[in-house]
Amino acid sequence: MDDTIVGISTTMGVGAISIVRLSGKEAIKIASKIYKGSNLKKVKSHTIKYGHIYSGDEIIDEVLVSIMKTPNTYTKEDIVEINCHGGITTTNKVLELCLTNGARLAEPGEFTKRAFLNGRIDLTQAEGVMNLINSKTEQSRKMSINQLGGSTSDQIKKLRQYLIEIIAQIEVNIDYPEYEDIEVLENEHLKPKLSKIKKTLSKIIKDSEQGKIIKEGIDTVIVGRPNVGKSSILNMLIDEEKAIVTDVAGTTRDIVEGQINLDGILINLIDTAGIRKTKNIVEKIGVDKSMQLLFKNDLVLYVVNNNEDITDEDIEILNKLNDRNYIIIINKNDLEQKLNIEKLKKYKNIVHMNTITNEGLEELKNIIKKMYNLETFDSKDMTYVTNAKSLSLLKKSLKEIHKIEEGIEKEIPIDLLEIDLKQIWSNLGEITGETLHDELIDQLFNQFCLGK
Amino acid sequence: MKYDVIVVGGGHAGCEASLAAAKMNKKTLLITSNIMNIADMPCNPSIGGSAKGIVVREIDALGGVMGKIADKSQIQMKMLNDKKGPAVKALRAQVDKKIYPEEMLKELKNTDNLEIMESFVSELVVDMNKIVGVKTLDGQELKAKSVILTTGTYMDSSILIGDKREASGPHGEKTINDLSKSLKKHNFELIRLKTGTPPRIDKNTVDFSQTREEPGSKDKKYTFSFKGRPTYKYDDQMSCHLIYTNSTTHEIINKNINKSSMYGGLNDIEGVGPRYCPSIEDKIVRFADKDKHQLFLEPESRYYDDIYIQGLSTSFPKEIQEQIVKTLPGLSNAKILKYAYAIEYDALKPTQLHQSLETKMIENLFTAGQINGTSGYEEAACQGLLAGINASLKIDKKKPFILKRNEAYIGVLIDDLITKGVQDPYRLLTSRAEFRLILRHDNADLRLSKYAEKYGLIEEEEYKKFQQKERNIQKLENKLKENKLKPSEEVNAELLKIGSSIIKDGITFFNLLKRPEITISFIKKFINIDDNEEVIEQVVINSKYEGYINKAYREAEKMIRLENKKIPKNIDYNKIQNLASEARQKLNEVRPTSIGQAIRISGVNPSDVSILMVYLKKGGLDE
Repeated sequence: MDDTIVGISTTMGVGAISIVRLSGKEAIKIASKIYKGSNLKKVKSHTIKYGHIYSGDEIIDEVLVSIMKTPNTYTKEDIVEINCHGGITTTNKVLELCLTNGARLAEPGEFTKRAFLNGRIDLTQAEGVMNLINSKTEQSRKMSINQLGGSTSDQIKKLRQYLIEIIAQIEVNIDYPEYEDIEVLENEHLKPKLSKIKKTLSKIIKDSEQGKIIKEGIDTVIVGRPNVGKSSILNMLIDEEKAIVTDVAGTTRDIVEGQINLDGILINLIDTAGIRKTKNIVEKIGVDKSMQLLFKNDLVLYVVNNNEDITDEDIEILNKLNDRNYIIIINKNDLEQKLNIEKLKKYKNIVHMNTITNEGLEELKNIIKKMYNLETFDSKDMTYVTNAKSLSLLKKSLKEIHKIEEGIEKEIPIDLLEIDLKQIWSNLGEITGETLHDELIDQLFNQFCLGK
Repeated sequence: MKYDVIVVGGGHAGCEASLAAAKMNKKTLLITSNIMNIADMPCNPSIGGSAKGIVVREIDALGGVMGKIADKSQIQMKMLNDKKGPAVKALRAQVDKKIYPEEMLKELKNTDNLEIMESFVSELVVDMNKIVGVKTLDGQELKAKSVILTTGTYMDSSILIGDKREASGPHGEKTINDLSKSLKKHNFELIRLKTGTPPRIDKNTVDFSQTREEPGSKDKKYTFSFKGRPTYKYDDQMSCHLIYTNSTTHEIINKNINKSSMYGGLNDIEGVGPRYCPSIEDKIVRFADKDKHQLFLEPESRYYDDIYIQGLSTSFPKEIQEQIVKTLPGLSNAKILKYAYAIEYDALKPTQLHQSLETKMIENLFTAGQINGTSGYEEAACQGLLAGINASLKIDKKKPFILKRNEAYIGVLIDDLITKGVQDPYRLLTSRAEFRLILRHDNADLRLSKYAEKYGLIEEEEYKKFQQKERNIQKLENKLKENKLKPSEEVNAELLKIGSSIIKDGITFFNLLKRPEITISFIKKFINIDDNEEVIEQVVINSKYEGYINKAYREAEKMIRLENKKIPKNIDYNKIQNLASEARQKLNEVRPTSIGQAIRISGVNPSDVSILMVYLKKGGLDE
């Protein structure tokens, strides 16, 4: 009851706005860490502030934040509600940020439970609360089973087994220091094992992020100077898949113009600040803020005109996109080539297109597939973790590995490093739903032959 | 004749229990079947070891005697895990099996308020669910306000060798089955456990040239007791010797496997043996791919010739034991003085106990040691000490003394027993403790002396010395935190010389000490430190492992908050809707006293705990 909890308090995928709710002593502190706008620590209770959620320097979402201070709140604790606009992906990301910044994921029914325990709800509602906890637990248990595809679950279980073997060996060295037939595990031996764990963890994280792409689509933005043919490319892509064009509410500013299905993978075409409406995107791009909007999306399609030469502005923007996923589309391939291709030599992913004949469409698709490893990705075999909590546990575990590696450098004794190893083991257990302390004792006696 | 406390059994639990009660001014009677067997060590000739050594220091800090007596009777001292971190260092003594019981008997005889009687207790005398005394086999009825059962492996025990089963206590002592009956009559649930011991051989028949000598630690004079100063000489210590089994040994075992009591020799064995102490036949069957197993030859005494073969516990018939021993290096002519055997005995299901070790069924009846499903002298002794203290506190109508899991290994042990129960005899392991960085060998006095003082179990003089140590640690730590090493050519040259990096700004000595290559003797070059080794050790540990230690304290605080959420004694779990049925059954069985304890019960899930918390809050509103 003394920690701060976080949860998504709206039903996922229903409604345009999702609310990430924090409750507890550190609610305002945690929100301040990820929010830029007003100083949340100073704002009056029961007010709403506009601002942005950041992950480092990267804008995640444009939000409204409600601050409600104890005691006149639902839980009688400090509450911060972050109104997210960016759909499932961004809401999950905001949740994940809260988790990595010190909040704990609320248990099923926990907000209501706190409301009750803090005397907010009266006696007659108590039974209801208990029923709620019960049903929500069942619900989330079912959900998490579905969320964990068989093979991810297997991978994590294998990793846990690998970890517990290492832990058991360290423990056995401590409890049976004179057993010479058991190898003594030293910090040096730990290094290769750590990199193996790191590799597996990173892979699961990467796959999971990729998995999210499969489930939620690749947010794609089309940009370029005026009259390079952005609208026609947008229309061509949408025409290609007329059947599934839908208007999905995204952020207030960004409208998902349509979704196309690329061999089972969703591409969310986002009309940043409305290509169709404004036509003057390049002027906007000069402003840093608009530039950041580009970075928010997974994929940038940068359009240039075959019939004109590349401008310095183009080069400047392309240079900024350097470490992002981008594809340069040379449009209007049917017209005379005035574009100096030499200037584009140092960039990759160039496609020549003609929106009238659909020339280049296949190539574009192939580049996207390659870029996201979609060819090797079997969408039936969902080898990824989709929920923010699991993802944050995986990322925390990866951080622990770095801590252990630092510890090795500092010559910290292995029995202390083991504390962090146990933390990883228990993080992974939380994902697969098994954290039994006695497992370790069992492992000890199964793995080693001990005794007097 | 009426006593305050009667202790039944004179083993390690019984001795500590009766000494603690007597020191707390309770008129105490210790009943033992054989006064020559007081503090007997029927198995290995050593005290301490990983985790257990820390328990011995905890016993010492709390005013118990095991550490002091082990120091007096040691024939070898070894600091285990010396090269590892501070959290896992532990002391082990090989002790003289003749001297240890003698010294303990002296201690008992020199204690006021304590009587010793040779007899067999056959029955509990209970009135209205309260213990009022015991009856002995010869018909006496002895009255007491409180009774502590520390019967070890003596309840309805039988010794197993090959296909022979014999009703007997350890090494031929008389067993008692009336007490088991009496307990069952009072609705206690008993479980059957089993343990074993290896053969002893004559040291004059061993060729030690074929073994590897294992001497004790020689860098320091180690003692268990914080109070005593060592008196022994290093070169006076005796060595152990290491040998291995070989393929011939394994062949004999495999060929004769069905002659072992456990593998077909007897077919009526119910007892569950300890996992951490498998017999040699278990090791060979379960780990068939291992071509050898380690064995230690440990001397039992300076005064007689028995050598204990650690690792060779077995229930093979005598003739097979002979064959096995002869295959071992240096032992081809070895003469077996005592044969190995397994022993089956009755124990109480420990979930029937309160945290104070008082039984839930009968008020003022306490149990401690192997009867509670543990194994090991140290595990027994610490329970005895706590039972002795709590029996006395109960008589004085005071709150029980309960150690938390973050305060002592003793707290871990008792909480495990009463919360999780046991399947096989319970041994302490470092891995059972969540906060082992706090529960160190070196700080047992800092953790626990205050309780010894509170219950009158430490001499005033000793306590003053301890308080001085506490102050000195604080002073030295402050000094190193307040003073800085300033950069200079000379300072940086010294740093480089020991492979450290130079400093550009001033750095506190406390922070400098965090560098792995910086030792206290290096620091002494720049700042005057005249404290003793014990004080310095604490400050060095606090500096070098500060981050880890602080993390452990934070985790411990979280746990304590849950421990402080109490569950009322009279809670009716059947009235709580929505509890999973497994959780309901487990909660009814264990009856945890706090939310923290409830969480540790296997089978009780977080959602059950949530429901429980809501229910408790509701109860609060009802009132």
